Amino acid sequence: MTPLVEVRGLRYRYGDGTVALLGPNGSGKTTFVLHLNGLLTGEGEIDVCGTRMTAASAPAIRRKVGLVFQDSESQLFMPTVLEDVAFGPLNLGFSAAEAEKQAREALARVGMAGAAGRAPYHLSAGEKKRVAIAGILAMEPEILVLDEPTTYLDPPSQQSLAALLRELPQAKILVTHDTAFARVLCGRAVFFRDGLIAGEGRLDDVIRQFAWE
Amino acid sequence: MHHVTLERWSRGTSALHRRDPRAKTAALLTFLVVVAMTRSHLLAASVAWLAWLCLAAAWARLPLGGVLARAALVLPFGMVFAAVSWAAGDPEHAGSLLIKSYLSAAAVLVLAGTTPVPQFLNGLERSGVPRFLLMVVQFLYRYLFVISEEAQHMRTAARSRGASVGGIVAHRARFRAAGGALAVLFARSYARAEEIHRAMMARGFEGHFQPLGTFRFVAADAVFLLVAVPAPLVIRLLVEKAVP
Repeated sequence: MTPLVEVRGLRYRYGDGTVALLGPNGSGKTTFVLHLNGLLTGEGEIDVCGTRMTAASAPAIRRKVGLVFQDSESQLFMPTVLEDVAFGPLNLGFSAAEAEKQAREALARVGMAGAAGRAPYHLSAGEKKRVAIAGILAMEPEILVLDEPTTYLDPPSQQSLAALLRELPQAKILVTHDTAFARVLCGRAVFFRDGLIAGEGRLDDVIRQFAWE
Repeated sequence: MHHVTLERWSRGTSALHRRDPRAKTAALLTFLVVVAMTRSHLLAASVAWLAWLCLAAAWARLPLGGVLARAALVLPFGMVFAAVSWAAGDPEHAGSLLIKSYLSAAAVLVLAGTTPVPQFLNGLERSGVPRFLLMVVQFLYRYLFVISEEAQHMRTAARSRGASVGGIVAHRARFRAAGGALAVLFARSYARAEEIHRAMMARGFEGHFQPLGTFRFVAADAVFLLVAVPAPLVIRLLVEKAVP
């Protein structure tokens, strides 16, 4: 089987499924995920879906790895929801009509079809997160990487987000401090400490091993 | 908030809201030019122009009182220049400055209240204004209020620690604190700009914005253009003819 993500140097190989990245603040979780679609580069090698990450392959890899940022406010930069969700498909070379179709389908998928004409700053935190995810889904990625997805969300919005993520077929990498949320979605976890992987395994085992609750 | 009110107005569904933003912008520009260039019969023409603007606001179902009151917000700025003219011994020019600035603000409000900013910018882009420049405006519009909200949070945090105590010494301390807060705000804005750039790169941005077309120029827009663009000049000519 071709591994979905393979990072050499961190000595970690990740297959299909959903995995939680745990660890203290500043341990390197976000830095790690920013390497997964070439936003940061460093020493070592990263293979995504069998493709070696290089400056030349980064655009193709970005299509496969959809990154949902912690602060949706930074991710929703276009003036309307529809334009924001269509931003990715347009960059991929879709025509305006195709990009709009992709965007509307992605919005429908996250339950935000009615918000297409709205301005992002009028949305609630939960709605912003859904639209941010739609912006990624419109690019049809194979892997979803979510950085602290429950930040700013109230409990009902967290539950609603978990239900949405469970429905999505993509492999998911979840950076989170929220172990309850991780338990809903992830079977496995990787624990980061001081920029290194300190442990990995079943989520409950990792939580217990590092007393992470 | 002023901005939110305009945003709400601009999302209306009247016939004026549905007009092509390029046509509305052209109408606004000719209005501003004609008003700015008028010297004789200014008072009588201004009454007629104001009636014209009120008619447009009513057609767009905008709250007339709200438009007229908000247009007055520009007057304090106009008064500074008017005071200079007055002091220079030209009270007539001072009055005309105030009238013209009020009318211009009211006209801009009618446009802003009937045209969502994204549509307005899209219209400018299709009129040949450089997209990069418009993107800067768009980002400013998108994030101005996020930054303003951050500033409000910092102000609240400062006040909760006694920053509102009066006195000259306290004022000095407040200025120092405000300077520090501005620096922090700049650093935060810079960090946010970096985050936004990363978010753009993550979605395949390679330096060129691709537009998503959402409107087209129809026959009703042409009719609107033919009526609204010459209207201010026609009004002026009629007033000149009617008033000796």
